[in-house]
This record gives sequence, C-alpha cells and structure tokens, in this order.
Amino acid sequence: MKTVYDRPHALSDVPLHYCPGCTHGIIHKVVAQVIDELGIEDRTVGIAPVGCSVFAYNYFECDMIEAAHGRAPAVATGVKRTHPDTVVFTYQGDGDLAAIGTAETVHIGTRGENVTIIFVNNAIYGMTGGQMAPTTLPGQVTTTSPYGRDRKIQGSPIRICEMLSTLDGVAFAARTSVDTPKNINHTKQLIKKAFQNQLDKKGLSIVEVLSTCPTNWGMTPQGALKWLRENMMEYYPLGIFKDSEAIR
Amino acid sequence: MAQKVLMKGNEAIAEAAINAGCLYYFGYPITPQTEISEYLAKRMPKVGGLCLQAESEVSAINMTLGAAAAGSRAMTSSSSPGISLKSEGISYIAGSDLPCLIVNVQRGGPGLGGIQPSQSDYYQATRGVGHGDLRLIVLAPSSVQEMASLTAEAFDLADTYRMPAMLLADGALGQMMEPVDFSLFEKREVPEKAWAANGHGGKRKKNIINSLYIDPQELEDSILARYKRYAEVEEKEVKYEEFMTDDADIVLVAFGITARICKSAITAARADGIKVGLLRPITLWPYPKKILNSIAGRAKALLTVEMNMGQMVDDVRLAANGQCPVHLYTRTGGMIPSVDEVENKIREIAASL
Repeated sequence: MKTVYDRPHALSDVPLHYCPGCTHGIIHKVVAQVIDELGIEDRTVGIAPVGCSVFAYNYFECDMIEAAHGRAPAVATGVKRTHPDTVVFTYQGDGDLAAIGTAETVHIGTRGENVTIIFVNNAIYGMTGGQMAPTTLPGQVTTTSPYGRDRKIQGSPIRICEMLSTLDGVAFAARTSVDTPKNINHTKQLIKKAFQNQLDKKGLSIVEVLSTCPTNWGMTPQGALKWLRENMMEYYPLGIFKDSEAIR
Repeated sequence: MAQKVLMKGNEAIAEAAINAGCLYYFGYPITPQTEISEYLAKRMPKVGGLCLQAESEVSAINMTLGAAAAGSRAMTSSSSPGISLKSEGISYIAGSDLPCLIVNVQRGGPGLGGIQPSQSDYYQATRGVGHGDLRLIVLAPSSVQEMASLTAEAFDLADTYRMPAMLLADGALGQMMEPVDFSLFEKREVPEKAWAANGHGGKRKKNIINSLYIDPQELEDSILARYKRYAEVEEKEVKYEEFMTDDADIVLVAFGITARICKSAITAARADGIKVGLLRPITLWPYPKKILNSIAGRAKALLTVEMNMGQMVDDVRLAANGQCPVHLYTRTGGMIPSVDEVENKIREIAASL
C-alpha cells in the first residue's frame, strides 16, 4: 500500500505539550517537512527559545540547543560561524524575538548571518499565562493590560518583518499564517525558501507566522482563528516584505 | 621553539589563545581590555579564525555559548561592567556543561566605576557570576607570562571538566609589557566532544545542549553530577605559589598584581629581620584551602592584601579557621597599594606579635 501522508522524520515521535487549538504544532510539522524535503536533518542545528516553544528541543530530530530568553540569534551566530556547513534555524516567539531579544534580532540581520528564523507571533506571552507582548494589539486585553492595550501607556505593537526588511543583511522577510489549509501550504513554501536561501548563502531569512493562543486569548480554537483573521491580519498584513528573488 | 617576546598583557592573552587552538573570539569593546579584540581582529583572519564584534556583551557571551555548544574552542573577554552583562550567559554555559574561556581584565566598580586596575570582582568570579548552583575555574595571573600560560591552560581545564573557566586579571596586568614565552604552558590530553550539537550526520542520535530540567528531581540529579566534577577539580587542580613561607611568622596572602607588590614589601621587611612570606593563590576557585590551613597552623599572623574592600579575606579566614589572626590591608577604586604601605602594615603586625 502506498503511503500518502506520514509524520515527517525530522519531527520527533513524542506527544507535544501545546494547548488544544494552538498552532505551534502545525508550524513544527511544517518546519520538519521542509527539513525532510531538503534532506538536511543530518546537518541541521535548531535553536529553541524561552516561551511556549521552550521544549522545541524535544520535538525536532536534528541536534538542538536551548538558548536563554531572546538570545537564540546570538547562539545561532556562534554555531553558524564556527560550523558554516551546518544549517541553523531559530524558532522563537514574540516575547523572545521582539522584546527581550530585540537587539539580537536586529543585529543578526545587520550581520546578514546565513541563518533561518521562524518567528511565531501570537500577540501574547503564553507560557507565563497571558501577559502583554510587544505584538499585543491596541485594545487587546491581557493579564498585564487588563483594560486593553492603550497606545498612550503601553505603546504600539512592533512589526518585525517590516522593520527587518530595511536591513541590507536580510535576504528574505515574509509574514504568513496557518489559519487555513491553503495558508499552511503557503507557509511551507515560504519556510522552504527561507531554508533554501541559507543553503544558497543569501543572508538572513525570517518567516513570521501568525499564530493563535486560544487558552490565553480566552477563545475556542475556531473563535481564535476567526479573531486572528479579523484583527491580527489587519495590523500584521501577510506578504513578502523583502526578497532578493520573488517566490514563484 | 622557545622564544621570548616583549608584549602587553592583553595581547599576550590573545596570542596565547590562538596558540592554544582557540580560533573563535566574540567580544565587545571596553577599557582596559580592548587590545584583546584589536589584536585578534588583526590575527584571526591570518590563521583562519574568527574575531567577531557583537552588538553587546550579552550577545558576545551567547555567541560563545553557541560556538562551544557546536564543539568549538571559543572565548570572550571583557572588563568588570561587561562581565556583569555576561553573567546570564555564563550561568547558561555552566548549566549546559559547556567549556569556554571568559577573560575579565578588572577595573574599579561598582557601576561604571573607573578604568583603573582593581580586584573587586573577586566575589563575582568566585561566588556570584550568574544565578544558580555553579562554579567557574578561576585563574589569577600575576605576570604577562602567566597571562599567556594560564590562558592556554584554562582551555584544557575547561575541556577536561566540561565547564567554563575564567582568567581574572586586572587593568595593570592588561596594560603592562613584559617578556613572554608562549611555549611555557602545561598541555594535557582533552576528551573528545561527542556531546557537541553540530549535526548528527545520520550517524548518531541527536544531541541536545540544554540547561532546563522541569522535574526538580532531574535538576537536582544534574547539579549533583556537576558537583562531583567540581569536587574532582578541587582535589586535582589547586594551584598556588609559596614565597619565603618556610620560617615565616607573618604570611601575606595576595593574588594577581597585588602579590608582586607584596613580594617587594617582603624582601624589604626581611632585610630588617622580619620573618615574613607570601602565599599566592593562582587558582581562586578551587581555592588553596589546605595549604593555607596548614600555614595558618604554624604562622603567628596572616595578612591579606587586596585591591578591593576585602573580598578574598573571607576565604582566607575560612581556611585559617581561627588558628591565627587574619589582618587585612586594602586599596580600592583603582588605587594600587604601594610597597611602602604594605611594608608598614607588615612592621605594624610584627611589632604586635
């Protein structure tokens, strides 16, 4: 019998700890499929962040390093510069990449490191129980913005892809979503390109994936996907913000 | 081939690192250690290595972590305020059982402090560099020659025990010039890095470099295993120098640049018949507790001399364990004690015996 669908080899055969309805699992699977399709698991080193995906080192079959909060781009630089033949990716959430690790995020771009960043933006700190993130939307209620994020008090959310696309060292910056099967397929294409760019030594590639957090948003999985489409996509438009060669 | 060259202390560290096979350096400029970066920026490209200037000390230590995790011999350097920034990364390096070298060319603190030589990071290096139960191997050079030889030995020690090592120097040693012979160091066989995360190559199970243990029993077990290695370091790797201690009534205890000043003061006091000597710890961790305990048992008094408000004196008192009085003479803030000041203190103690 012909196998038409299977767990990717690069995705470990262990139960994931993510909440029901969270899209981290889908994003993990897509990354693992890309690693399989490019045949690079044997030379890939993944860098796990601090946040909901802190245990990512248990979920990928390639070598993995757990970084301190926000420092994954610096750790990735240390691996890639000393072992240029490895394929290095970081997997980071919004608090990790866009708040505490902002300097590391900007400067891995300025250096144009041949590294791939998977940036999961769910507009909230999930692991610590639903606090305001740098990407929390104006008016969005979190445990540390209980009256809704007020731009006058808490400032405005940060658009990472747009910001990074101003840097010469960034080869590819794209924002996508995994809210529909079509978008999941498109996300896979973008992530594949972000890894292929690294193999082609083009510089930094980042794919921002809009993601849901039903638990901390206080919504059903279906309701969370609807909220993502109606609110997040407006503030964070999907698209390719920088590409030395447009994706086909 | 043994050959002596005249060199600045900071440059000696840099050349010794290359000589010891360290081809990866990650730094950030800060006085008084910037010559390390400048020297390596020139030399590394010529030996096929890398000197990378990071956006911060925080990033530099995490690049070092990444390089070490991938199995490379790597180092970073800074001075006091920068080491405070690196302390997060140092804790992760210790918790992930990674070997690397961290150089601290100390200046005065707290805060921005000053840029003159100091030993006021003794507590930080031996007690509190980063959160959690952890130790660093801390080596304290006292000459440009030792800046080189201890740098080389620090890499082997770190690799042998899979833990970070720190070279704790100061601005005076960093800036002064002396002859140095790069072949003078004790080389040892170090274990293979089968644990490194640099691609499994389809030949082994994946390696994970990590300091997170969500189950407290697992975390305790990992710390106990690490402390077994620490105990081995304490048993085997203590280093110190004794100077005229055999018949000494008064024994000075000092490390680094301060020990040299003490030697001059001792020579002067000996000329007047005062029986005085020096114990110079070379490893600040592991601390030379046993020898100091035995000296305290036969001496009439100990005198600790430091360029801080009295930090190592705690270790001296613990090792002496009340067997004889422990005196203290310090200058701080970048001030260096003069030979006369130390000699006067020796005479004062001698008169009270």
